Amino acid sequence: MTLLQVNDLKVKFRTGDGIVNAVNGVSFSVNEGETLAIVGESGSGKSQTAFAAMGLLARNGAAEGEALYKGKNLLTMRPSELNKIRSREIAMIFQDPMTSLNPYMRISDQMAEVLTLHEGMSKKEAVAEAARMLDAVRIPDAKARVTMYPHEFSGGMRQRIMIAMALLCRPKLLIADEPTTALDVTVQAQIMDLFGDIRRDFGTGVILITHDLGVVAGFCDRTLVMYGGQVMEQATTSDLFERPTHPYTKGLLKAVPRFDREEEVLQTIAGEPPDMSRLPAGCPFSPRCSIVKERCWTDRPVLQKEIGHCRACHADLQEVA
Amino acid sequence: MLTSRTSPEQLGDLPQRAEVKGRSLWRDAVGRFAANRAAVISLVVLVMIFLFAIFGQILSPHEPDYVDFMLRGNIKELGVPSMENQHYFGLEKEGRDLYVRVVQGTRISILVGVVGSIVAVVVGTLYGAISGYFGGRVDNIMMRIVDILLAIPFMFVIILLLVIFGRSPTMLFVGIGLMSWLNMARIARGQTLTIKNKEFVEAAIASGVRPIKIILRHIIPNLAGIVVVYATLLVPELIITESFISFLGLGVQEPQTSLGALISDGASQLNYGTYWMLAFPLFFFLITLYAFFFVGDGLRDALDPKDR
Amino acid sequence: MFAFIIRRLAVAIPTILVLVVLSYILMFAAPGGPFNAERPLPPNVLENIEARYGLDQPYWKQIYDYLVNIVFHFDFGPSFKYRDRTVSDIITQGFPVTLTYGFWSFVVAVIVGVSLGIAAAVKHNSILDYFAVGVSIGAQSLPNFVMAPVLVLVFTLWLGWLPGGGWNGGEWQFVVMPVIALSTSYMASIARITRSSMLEVLNAGFIRTARAKGLPMKRIIFRHALKPAILPVLSYLGPAFVMMITGSVIVDSYFSTGGIGQFFVNAAFNRDYSVMMGITILMGVLTIVFNLVVDLLYAWIDPKIRY
Repeated sequence: MTLLQVNDLKVKFRTGDGIVNAVNGVSFSVNEGETLAIVGESGSGKSQTAFAAMGLLARNGAAEGEALYKGKNLLTMRPSELNKIRSREIAMIFQDPMTSLNPYMRISDQMAEVLTLHEGMSKKEAVAEAARMLDAVRIPDAKARVTMYPHEFSGGMRQRIMIAMALLCRPKLLIADEPTTALDVTVQAQIMDLFGDIRRDFGTGVILITHDLGVVAGFCDRTLVMYGGQVMEQATTSDLFERPTHPYTKGLLKAVPRFDREEEVLQTIAGEPPDMSRLPAGCPFSPRCSIVKERCWTDRPVLQKEIGHCRACHADLQEVA
Repeated sequence: MLTSRTSPEQLGDLPQRAEVKGRSLWRDAVGRFAANRAAVISLVVLVMIFLFAIFGQILSPHEPDYVDFMLRGNIKELGVPSMENQHYFGLEKEGRDLYVRVVQGTRISILVGVVGSIVAVVVGTLYGAISGYFGGRVDNIMMRIVDILLAIPFMFVIILLLVIFGRSPTMLFVGIGLMSWLNMARIARGQTLTIKNKEFVEAAIASGVRPIKIILRHIIPNLAGIVVVYATLLVPELIITESFISFLGLGVQEPQTSLGALISDGASQLNYGTYWMLAFPLFFFLITLYAFFFVGDGLRDALDPKDR
Repeated sequence: MFAFIIRRLAVAIPTILVLVVLSYILMFAAPGGPFNAERPLPPNVLENIEARYGLDQPYWKQIYDYLVNIVFHFDFGPSFKYRDRTVSDIITQGFPVTLTYGFWSFVVAVIVGVSLGIAAAVKHNSILDYFAVGVSIGAQSLPNFVMAPVLVLVFTLWLGWLPGGGWNGGEWQFVVMPVIALSTSYMASIARITRSSMLEVLNAGFIRTARAKGLPMKRIIFRHALKPAILPVLSYLGPAFVMMITGSVIVDSYFSTGGIGQFFVNAAFNRDYSVMMGITILMGVLTIVFNLVVDLLYAWIDPKIRY
């Protein structure tokens, strides 16, 4: 069953340098219990897509289109209605655990308020439940440490706390925005293991936003590749890795260092990410594409289904391969 | 997990971004200042106030200490501002020409503000630079002294000084300067701490330049931006301080005057309905203050954009 | 906690000492000595003072006695001007007045300032925001000696609503204008500081977390944003307190409230050094105690500060 259906989502920001089009017509869906990866460089609009769906855009941002959760549009919902869905149905985890927890409040207070608000628990029950959840994300000595302040925990621990806080109401969907980027490599692995357990134990659907293809390969059912605020390609993760059908995806995969092949030089994609306030008229990737054609500069390619992939590219499949 | 070493995140940084040209910091600052409309207008106003304070006397046929006995008997009716008898701002309570008194008061107020500010900036910058440069125990003791002095309500001490040593403008300068260098010292020290670790200072230390020379040649010039900003913002504060004391009647003494003293006189005459005696000094006082504040703010934004 | 207070006192006590010694030295450095300056003192007052200050003693002994009397007997010595009044009498008479309207001014400045600042930040770029910014830019550099006469002009001379001065035992009509005159510019500064720090805090990651948790806006502002947003205001309160104490001199003398500031100005005109010194020292001690309270509050709010 479809949990979240995003249709033609657009996000714009008013800035001093003019309008920035961060997201330009993104569509996708997530099913119950499914894990979807959204991959892209910084500035590709992947985080803003999630923020828009959760109503968390910065003050100068505005979203158009639809984000249907169980048939109801999150973008046009009244704040009080949206607040009932946030955390209870859809929870979110952010990139930087150092700044995502309130440094002036005890962990117990920050976690308990979710339960007292959404589940109507008493403060005491809520704190006990918070401690149980901290235990579940493997915080040692959770009962004693629940009353501590965020600065008394390491970065990895804080991200675990964020995860525990997100899981308190057993949400149907968990959106994780680069949850491991700010962490050490070894801690990253532990956190991703934790996500695996959560999916198994709670049956939660996950949207994992990341720029880290290594994470995607081992974890996600489906993958969505974004560039310049648009979806470039979408397929099951194994398909995408085996047979990328978009020049950008191909470039991305080549840029991942592999230890099973001998390559002297790591490949990169030449050029720079696009300026989101002055996107090209055609395909946003055209300035950097190795097989760019005449029409790529003028016509924006539409996402179309081909051999199990959805791709937005004017080139034929053979040309990409 | 090791594969995450190179990610698309970093790909974008690979091409060199060489377009950014090195531009002069000062020219940049001038550009930013010029774009700040409030600051530019205030600067024009400020120049006009200065001209008024210096040359304003020329426009009037009256002398500052000349009492117009013809009109003195009935100031409320005969002393109103008038172009005909060339008492542009009317008469003040003793029957002297208010326009000339305002010129004189503006001059004294600005003088106190500017001189006090210069004293504060010189003393404070040197003190702060020395404290920050030497660091360690010297710094600790010097800054503790500043902390101690900052906790004293200085207005009371200034008034005590004025009462004991007589109410002269010199004593005003000394008292006000004594109060206001402390914050400058703190700011200068903070900046010095960051400049001290820059390569050019380390190079100078390594090549055996004497500390005093390093402070004067390398540290202080690099404090210039912040010093200019602080000095500009300090002037109106010192004008307020001076006016405060003069308002109480403890500052500048007759026959000299300042805006604070004129405001005080005007305020004391409110009951007689001679509102112009309050209005004109108050007007010049306020536009001077705001002009300085806006120019200072504009300078801060122009010279230290990351502060915002 | 205890060690923290001790450490703060280690700075506070030398500060008070410096203040006492400084004013004592100043007094005796006066040309011609403190007592026979311009006007000769009545002989019995002079006698009283000379006995009291032990002027035949060495300076350090005089200062020591002066200090001991203040600390243990709240005795600042006799007035130089009024033969039968001590400095302590004058302080106990004038201080409650100044304290009353000073307290209300402080409360008004903080509560109105913080509320206005929060409202402006939450309704960023609204008419309310522009109004708040406009008012605070205009009012924050409006000295109280400008406020006071303008208030009298409007509320006493034109509207006739409020008495133009006096105290009358602290009846509210007499308190209103001193409070407005003293609090306006600090209210404006507090509003501006609150607004900008609240704007910054509302952009913080943990506010986004709170929103993602589905908390209502009110709760986010008061439970999550208020504490960090208030910290810069707290550090401003120390200097604001000093400036308000200073400003009370203007208010006391312009509105003739009979407060301590009026005594100070009168003493300044009469060269009544002992009264001036007593009041200066009292104000210094108040400032130091207040700063200590602010520091403790700061440590209480910010969990990262451990005493």
